[in-house]
Amino acid sequence: MTLNQIGLFAALGLLGGALGARLPRRWLLLALSVLAVFWLQPATPIRNLDFWLPLASLGLSAVIWGLTLPAGTPLTRRDATAGLVTLGLALGVALLRYVPDACCLTASRPPEVLPVSLVLAVIAGVVWLTGRGFAGQPWALTARVGLLIGLFVVLKYEPLTTLAAAGLRSLGGQDASLATAYDIRWLGFSYLAFRLIHTLRDRLTGRLPHLHLDEFLTYAVFFPAISAGPIDRAERFQKDLQSEFRLGGGTLAEAGGRLAQGLLMKFVLADSLALFALNPQNAAEVQSGGWAWVLLYAYALRLFLDFAGYTHLAIGLGLLFGIRLPENFNRPYLQPNLTAFWNGWHMTLTQWLRGYVFNPLTRALRGRNWPVAVIILCGQVVTMLLVGLWHGITLNFAVWGLWHALGLFVHNRWADFAKGRFQLPQRLAAVGGALLTFHFVALGWVWFALPTPELAGRLFRLLLGGMQ
Amino acid sequence: MSESARFVRNVLVKAALLFVAANLLFAAFNPLAWLGGLSLYNGVLPGRLRLPFSEEPQKAYNLSLNSLEAMFASHVLTAAPKPADELRVLLLGDSSVWGFLLENEDTLAAQLNAAGLQAPDGRTLRFYNLGYPTISLTKDLLILDEAMRYEPDLIVWLVTLEALPREKQTFTPLVQHNPGRTRALIADYGLAIDPASPDFAEPDFLERTLWSQRRPLADLLRLQLLGPAWGATGVDQYIPPTYTPREEDLPADEDYYGLERDFSAADLAFDVLATGVQRAGETPVLIVNEPMFVSAGANSDIRYNFFYPRWAYDRYRALLAEEAARQGWRLADLWQAVGNGEYTNSAIHLTPAGEAQLAAALQSYILDSIPSSGE
Repeated sequence: MTLNQIGLFAALGLLGGALGARLPRRWLLLALSVLAVFWLQPATPIRNLDFWLPLASLGLSAVIWGLTLPAGTPLTRRDATAGLVTLGLALGVALLRYVPDACCLTASRPPEVLPVSLVLAVIAGVVWLTGRGFAGQPWALTARVGLLIGLFVVLKYEPLTTLAAAGLRSLGGQDASLATAYDIRWLGFSYLAFRLIHTLRDRLTGRLPHLHLDEFLTYAVFFPAISAGPIDRAERFQKDLQSEFRLGGGTLAEAGGRLAQGLLMKFVLADSLALFALNPQNAAEVQSGGWAWVLLYAYALRLFLDFAGYTHLAIGLGLLFGIRLPENFNRPYLQPNLTAFWNGWHMTLTQWLRGYVFNPLTRALRGRNWPVAVIILCGQVVTMLLVGLWHGITLNFAVWGLWHALGLFVHNRWADFAKGRFQLPQRLAAVGGALLTFHFVALGWVWFALPTPELAGRLFRLLLGGMQ
Repeated sequence: MSESARFVRNVLVKAALLFVAANLLFAAFNPLAWLGGLSLYNGVLPGRLRLPFSEEPQKAYNLSLNSLEAMFASHVLTAAPKPADELRVLLLGDSSVWGFLLENEDTLAAQLNAAGLQAPDGRTLRFYNLGYPTISLTKDLLILDEAMRYEPDLIVWLVTLEALPREKQTFTPLVQHNPGRTRALIADYGLAIDPASPDFAEPDFLERTLWSQRRPLADLLRLQLLGPAWGATGVDQYIPPTYTPREEDLPADEDYYGLERDFSAADLAFDVLATGVQRAGETPVLIVNEPMFVSAGANSDIRYNFFYPRWAYDRYRALLAEEAARQGWRLADLWQAVGNGEYTNSAIHLTPAGEAQLAAALQSYILDSIPSSGE
């Protein structure tokens, strides 16, 4: 989000707060979220893709809503209204192409109304059919999880993204040979996919409450959290949405504080550090170990300030609309060990993976009577590999995941071994542990920040005092 | 009025008052020049080897700004008082001296430093690159004026005809955004430059507020923030892997800034050159007519290169020699000191080998210009 976009959302929140109970909040949030998906989507070189991708986010969410309905649940008037409002808004965004002074909400001119209308009709039909025919069916839910993971792989694995871009270019009559992986930048898909998989899995296990279409769509594409999280849980989000909300002085002060903190962290500190934080270009040029550490420290701080700053902004904006998004960071660089670090870094992602990957996997492995250490190692390697690959399917992200998996495993075994044997003074343990943890994490960022093992190797040699 | 509305009102009123007060104070005291002098360079960060200049900060770890104070504060020249065993030589000029498309170790200053020249009294000659990419003698004069604070023993000023037309004098952003300094030089030395030229950026009170000055302020901050990347890599210029080479085939155009064929010294800014020599005072100034590419392509019978018709350049060289003789300037006319194959993307930008040829050609002139320690 840009400063202007944040400013506008905050102003709308204040306006909504001033109008108070006279506004139907849930409809306002649905409308804002639907429009924001189109508005926030970055431009792409593929014709009209900045319209189709947001529409795909909405369509995918609506279809999955249909699947997650408890079997036999009738479509209500409220659901129908939500569907019509969403379709109407999407059509309205497309119609802006005919309004010279108001065009456009999307980054480029939207497509013609006819193809848009056809696609909207198809989406409505699929949602209706899904809701009636396949709602709650385990195979359909599992297939949809598979589809989301498949889409995820296409978007995160560069050769496949390039192939998809070439296909889309061909469809639009553009030169396919110019396709690159950067052609497809789908706003917030990583977060959307995790939210949707959460609803599908929780429907399978019977934990998902019934959500109306407006609640489901607002949850899936809630505008403060669409581009960089946090990953909320549907039942928690629904509770906030259903509770009565009045923008009082306390909430306003808290929201203002979070927004100010977020602006300072992201737009002042993180963007300043970005001018000299580690990147592929300066990693290839840095000449000494001392300076390599400066670049790496700057990167570690920048990453935290940027991401945590963005979370403050998302939470601040959410508060203005009566939604308390979950925290995503808790002083990660001050934690005394790696396990505590991961309990304080991108918390909603790690909680998600713990709930849907680590716990089920270790539970399943326990049935095989494997030694505990092997079960823990397997669980951590699989979970952290997924954390790495979630950022992109590359060797360096995989190595970064393994780096943390092994670190977590070593810490787990050490903590087990040291229990009752060693007792360091509390302060020394806290400070020494935090320093050690921070440097382990910072060195891990080398794999994360640099695209190739060769470049990472060059930097490691410099950092650890070797030759270039 | 509700509690929340009162809270919002109070916050907004206080924020507005603080904003207005900060802007008025900034406009009243105009502290940009003072702020420009505050620098992490030469302390926490290594000083830069050439003045800051770049249009691609993210790739070059460098940026263009108009604060002479900040530019000098970031330069290694200002790192420490002159050591007793150093004979300080400042190189002035355009992008060819600054080293466009050249790494720091290939610039003229670096090549001369590598030669390890020594003065008869045993002091080592240390060359500082004060070139700056835009062609204007007045821009060079501004830099010279500021550089005099750093005790130079010799100034080597590389010039070319393109720096002398009258309209070029106030054309460069550095001159336009330092009107106070330029006007002081005009007044003190009677330069033939209009002090009321509309080229000068003249911010009024509102334009001096914090809000209006946020861009130059951000530039000052960004110069500091780019310092660690410069320190870490030694990179201060993005050099693309390929570039368009200087033009060989030229247009059949014989006009040069509307000058008559028999133009006189008064038609060019020789007064700025004279002012530089005067401003340097006891410090000797060696004026160098810098090397340039001589085309052999289409229309090369009427033009030397992209910049110059032959008649204009020949006339300029004659006038430069006359003025130097008349005013007692030290002059080295090195316009053909570098082989034609050693030019890069313009008729004055040199390859590393070209800079080496120029450095070799310059050495004897420099050694002849060195004042004895008692001079």
